[in-house]
Amino acid sequence: MNLINHLINGIHVGSIYALVALGYNMVYGIVKLINFAHGDIIMAGAYVAFFALDAGLPTVVAVAASVVFCVLLGVVIEKVAYRPLRKSAKISLLITAIGISLLLENVAQKLFSATPRLFPKIISGGFYLGDRQISMTTIVTIVVSAVLMALLTVFVKTTNAGKAMRAVSEDTEAAQLMGINVDNTISMTFAIGSGLAAIAAVLYCCSYPQVYPTMGALFGIKAFIAAVLGGIGSIPGAVVGGLTIGIAEALTKGYLSSTWADAIVFSLLIVTLLLKPSGILGRKVVEKV
Amino acid sequence: MTNRTQRAPLVPVPSGFLMREQDVDKTPVLEIRHLGVDFGGLTAVEDFNMALGRTEIAGLIGPNGAGKTTVFNLLTNEIEPTRGIIMIDGYDTRGKKPYEICRMGVARTFQNIRLFRNMTVLENVKIGLHNEMKYSLGEAVLRLPRYWSNETVSDMRALELLSFFNMQDAAELKAGSLPYGAQRRLEIVRALATNPSLLLLDEPAAGMNPSETLELMNNIRRIRDEFNIAVLLIEHDMNLVMGVCDGIVVLNYGKIIAKGSPDDIMSDPVVIEAYLGKADQ
Amino acid sequence: MEKNLRSFFRRSTLNVILCVAFFAAVSYMISAKILNRYYTNIINLVLIYIIAAVSLNLTCGYLGQLPLGHAGFMSIGAYTAAIITTHFTLPDIGPVSGKALLFLIATVAGGVMAMAAGVLIGLPALRLKGDYLAIITLAFGEIIRVLVQNIKITGGAMGLGGIGKYTNFGWGFFWTVIVVAFTYLLINSRHGRAIKSVREDEIAAESVGINLTYYKIVAFAGAAFFAGVSGSLFAHHICYLEPGNFGYNMSIEMLVMVVLGGLGSISGSIIAATVLTIIPEVLQSFATWKMIIYSLLLVVVMIFKPSGLMGDYEFSAARLISRMLRRKEAAPKLPENYTEGGESDD
Repeated sequence: MNLINHLINGIHVGSIYALVALGYNMVYGIVKLINFAHGDIIMAGAYVAFFALDAGLPTVVAVAASVVFCVLLGVVIEKVAYRPLRKSAKISLLITAIGISLLLENVAQKLFSATPRLFPKIISGGFYLGDRQISMTTIVTIVVSAVLMALLTVFVKTTNAGKAMRAVSEDTEAAQLMGINVDNTISMTFAIGSGLAAIAAVLYCCSYPQVYPTMGALFGIKAFIAAVLGGIGSIPGAVVGGLTIGIAEALTKGYLSSTWADAIVFSLLIVTLLLKPSGILGRKVVEKV
Repeated sequence: MTNRTQRAPLVPVPSGFLMREQDVDKTPVLEIRHLGVDFGGLTAVEDFNMALGRTEIAGLIGPNGAGKTTVFNLLTNEIEPTRGIIMIDGYDTRGKKPYEICRMGVARTFQNIRLFRNMTVLENVKIGLHNEMKYSLGEAVLRLPRYWSNETVSDMRALELLSFFNMQDAAELKAGSLPYGAQRRLEIVRALATNPSLLLLDEPAAGMNPSETLELMNNIRRIRDEFNIAVLLIEHDMNLVMGVCDGIVVLNYGKIIAKGSPDDIMSDPVVIEAYLGKADQ
Repeated sequence: MEKNLRSFFRRSTLNVILCVAFFAAVSYMISAKILNRYYTNIINLVLIYIIAAVSLNLTCGYLGQLPLGHAGFMSIGAYTAAIITTHFTLPDIGPVSGKALLFLIATVAGGVMAMAAGVLIGLPALRLKGDYLAIITLAFGEIIRVLVQNIKITGGAMGLGGIGKYTNFGWGFFWTVIVVAFTYLLINSRHGRAIKSVREDEIAAESVGINLTYYKIVAFAGAAFFAGVSGSLFAHHICYLEPGNFGYNMSIEMLVMVVLGGLGSISGSIIAATVLTIIPEVLQSFATWKMIIYSLLLVVVMIFKPSGLMGDYEFSAARLISRMLRRKEAAPKLPENYTEGGESDD
């Protein structure tokens, strides 16, 4: 292994982080909540894809099933658990999010047991670039992530729905007065975030083919760190954050030891929050007095 | 009770407003020079100058979005000024935290009431008295004599302050359960508890009916006379502003477009055009 | 003043008598083998969890922040104390047993180390609000775990064994009384009011002269100290430490206790910690459903009673007795204009 390989690995993992970070990012931007359950939506998506593939369905159908399930799950969570608390204290909302995350993990544990399932190989092959082997999984992951992010950017920038999303995250009340349906916009944000999470889940399982109930917890938190690092509320920020985390992790694993990787990622978070709490590409937000 | 009164006054500067005879030789309690703030590229307040005498009541008026609350936030360093100087009692406030500004003698209320809603009325006032009490953490946990003497004095002081608005009977109620008008009054009491020399009131009459507003007018004068402090208030109710203020500053687009006595302001064509002309008065 | 002081003394005397009576009764039952080893162990565990939950309530209930690294502070206390008791011995000094003295020193040292860590992480972290604080404390807890796994003196991933079983009912009860008394006396002082005002409204608190950072640090440090103490008791209760003991799930369990008991209620934390420790121990079938029920409870309680089951209600023996003696204090007279409509606007 050498530097270039580590970097490629980092970009590979980083683009998955970026996809998940986008989900955190959009939800945080719009309801000002760390959706702790987002990581567990990834887990749910992974299980759905796993069972679909296990039942012999074609890959495309499995991915679609996973996306549909996650979208529904995300929207339902928002409707049932977060919406009643939208106007209450921040701490209540956070505790609820933690509760939902735990609930998903433990229900999965009850249903599927803690034993990891082996995710089937759906992308195979690879090619040589010079004397370096690059797997097809890496290529697919990077390309799919890049395309999705480009699509999302176009969606948010140009469509009416995207503009509504930006308006609500800027000023919910003003957006409401302008005739934007805030509830629907928030639901849509959760739907898009969860959909991205489902795709991220499949991509993740292509590289780390194990599906288990707590797979999303740490992964989700690291993706959130990517979102904070890049700057909450910024799509390019999620990309920058995701890649930074991915590369930092790959380099630590390569040169130090894999046990330190998590500590390094968490230290990165602490350093960022101390030096520039708004993140690399984020804006400073001032509380209204 | 604080050492504020012992500080040597700086060079006396004449106030920009009508000054009471008793205050003529004193420094202004508040002096603002060339105050300005930018948000990103936008200039929210520009070249704001004013001075306020020890026991003056001044009004800060202007159309919505003129930057009035921003001026308050600059005065308490809730927002750091980009330019200019603010002096409280002759002391520069630059680099001070909002809680330090409070200790320098500035207390404020908020446009959308900010009470400690789940705490009792008495506790709200006693939090205002926080810095008047001197016992340490250790003295508190060990319940040493100073705890008892301080707490007893501040209980009495808090009730005395509440009785100013005749609210002493509500002392044990949760602040959040008070009706709207009483919440506004409690916020003023809490601010007065910090022993300020300057009281900032952000739209104190908002949501009040004419008779309540009239009562508020009397109360503002009583606060000035009994506490011997200066009051700066933001208000949209012209009757109140014209009735109670010694001087008025009119702000539009972050700039002062006029200042002077109520009579001057009422007849100022610039003000009428920018503000009164659009109002219902 | 006279009246306040006298009432305080009356209540304190009553509480001391009740504590001594409770302590004597349980100690007797333990020495007379009415409570067997199994039950004694559960009681000790309950006390350890009470200490942790009450201390978490300081930051979570009173300060209104959401730290997710409470288990991290516990692990610092646990490892510090365990390393001290396994590496040193003290001779008996007169009637004082050297072991007991060492355990006391080790526990205090564990608390102080945890407190130092609390201040260290608190200084930067407390500049941030809400979710950021939650995530940074969570990150901190994970970093502690990785550190513990990778350094020699903690036994690394292998764990740390051979810790003496020093925790008994006496120690547990002693520290429980200390944490409860400390929290109660702190909260009902100007400093406690300042801490609560931060929870209610930071901007308003700062506007009346409350130094936000100072009080956040005070609450954080106090909570970390007692988390460290409970960690030490935990270490000398199970006698074997491994990094996995103090994971994210443990932080969450503490949180469930505080939230269920009531954000800002010491008695609530005590009751919740007791019930939630006993039920899974006694009902083995509950254990598999434990986390599902906990998580559901978190969500349901937050939606229907965000202040927790007890809210900020405190149990008071003095009040109970005076009620039983039918010496009800006259209800405070409310002037009519304070109960008129328009209660609140949200």
